[in-house]
Amino acid sequence: MAELGDFSLKHRLFLKSYPWRRIDPVPRTELTRPLAECRLALVSTAGFVRPDQEDFDPSVRGGDPSWRAIASDTPVSSLVDTHRSETFDHRAMCQDPNLAFPIDRAHELVARGRIGSVNQQHLSFMGSITAPGRLIRDSAPAAARVLRKDEVDIALLVPV
Amino acid sequence: MSLVAAELERHGIATVAIQLLRVAAEKVRPPRALLVPYRHGFPLGRPDAPELQHTVIEAALRMFEKTNAAKPQLSKFVEDSD
Repeated sequence: MAELGDFSLKHRLFLKSYPWRRIDPVPRTELTRPLAECRLALVSTAGFVRPDQEDFDPSVRGGDPSWRAIASDTPVSSLVDTHRSETFDHRAMCQDPNLAFPIDRAHELVARGRIGSVNQQHLSFMGSITAPGRLIRDSAPAAARVLRKDEVDIALLVPV
Repeated sequence: MSLVAAELERHGIATVAIQLLRVAAEKVRPPRALLVPYRHGFPLGRPDAPELQHTVIEAALRMFEKTNAAKPQLSKFVEDSD
């Protein structure tokens, strides 16, 4: 697990002054049926896009709050890394995008009977959003409505 | 990411978030978070290691099955060294 001391001085100072948005109260939805009957969607903040989609916009001040729908049958090897952060090594997730967007693992969970189904689409966000106002106000509620309409029961969120 | 998780929960979707940075989990308080011992860029362990990735995901899924858990619910993943 990363601790502040693992980062460069520049990033330690950044993280120490980062305006964390505290979730209060903490919302919580309990399962109403067994996992083996639940529909799973993935939400990744690794900034992946499909080759036919627009990259996340690195010029958006505070971070691009938009998201991309990634169809569940998208070959994971086709995902393109557009994450703007230079604070981590991108090579591993480019080698195996399942590391941060585990589409193949999700399908295997269905084959193993651990979950009921994989949603037809997953959501890809850009991480390192330093000004999350538009994310909170617009993007996240819109994303939630999409997954709710898809009758998703559970979501696995994977950062990078 | 935790802010997206909270919004999904408000819409009736149960979430669990992989967390790489302890301070983020403590400060932001996602509804369910699995603290993993990996650095940024390696959230599910290692590339081309599907069983390790499954082990991490399984630990996350188990958090859904824990009833009467605290809010927020934080668990720590420890990789088996065997």
